[in-house]
Amino acid sequence: MAILDELRRRFGDAIVETEDHRGDLTAIVRRDALLGVLAHCKDDGALAFDVLMDLTAVDYQKFPGREDGPRFEVVYHLYSIARNHRLRLKVRVDEDDARVPTAMGLWPIANWLEREVWDMFGVRFEGHPDLRRLLLYEEFVGHPLRKDYPINRRQPLIGPAS
Amino acid sequence: MGVGGFFTSKLDEAIGWARKYSIFQYPFVTACCGIEYMATACSHYDIDRFGAGLPRFSPRQADVLFVVGTISHKMAPVLKRIYDQMTEPKWVVAFGVCTCTGGFYDNYATVQGIDTIIPVDVYIPGCPPRPESVIDGLMKLQDKIAAQVQRY
Repeated sequence: MAILDELRRRFGDAIVETEDHRGDLTAIVRRDALLGVLAHCKDDGALAFDVLMDLTAVDYQKFPGREDGPRFEVVYHLYSIARNHRLRLKVRVDEDDARVPTAMGLWPIANWLEREVWDMFGVRFEGHPDLRRLLLYEEFVGHPLRKDYPINRRQPLIGPAS
Repeated sequence: MGVGGFFTSKLDEAIGWARKYSIFQYPFVTACCGIEYMATACSHYDIDRFGAGLPRFSPRQADVLFVVGTISHKMAPVLKRIYDQMTEPKWVVAFGVCTCTGGFYDNYATVQGIDTIIPVDVYIPGCPPRPESVIDGLMKLQDKIAAQVQRY
């Protein structure tokens, strides 16, 4: 809880919402403040989040109660080896403007994680040096973990590697 | 052997009989069906009885391609290439429902049956198939090999 208080005090309006669910801390951050919050979480001695455990996204299209809100949430799971505590940061982005600044400057692992999110959800990461698909192949059309991707859509088979 | 130390047969039948007991398989194992394949290949079920005891891990030395497990679209070109590298005569066994139809993986990543890529001789359904089904499939394949008209 102290972590969330500290974040709210330091970043004010940039922290849209916080939640403490039985010790699992979540903060929703405005996109323009995201890099600053991430950098603080990593570099501050009391927080010391030296590991980006996961970076993923959620598609809230047609989610009950969230029909009007921003469609995607990009989720950062941070862990501190030194302090043994965790934090989840979320940033909400619209479908027409699905862009988030890259976190590669802070945690190099963000390179592949961001490529995976681009691959599956079509969220762009600005400043990423090599935003190619990670798991699927180049010829693939669309982003399959989006809720409006038809479950039985067939992609063209890729030819033998030559 | 008949009287006098010889017997008569058709060349096709002799070759078919020889081939059906010298099945060198290439196991293309990609998923959980592989465990059942290993169970079948081990001593308890003893597929050496059918002359299929020796897997070859080079497609150029193999007669039968065992496709064991889910094939994703990304894997498909690799499978096709392995098949193309095998020398004639060659046969293909689709092992498990994923290779037969895609199974319950009706999604963006999975090939809906390997017969969309390469010809298949025997389908062994099951998730995964029991070793008994595999042996049944193997015997069906043997019948097919034995009955095959040879091209010389």
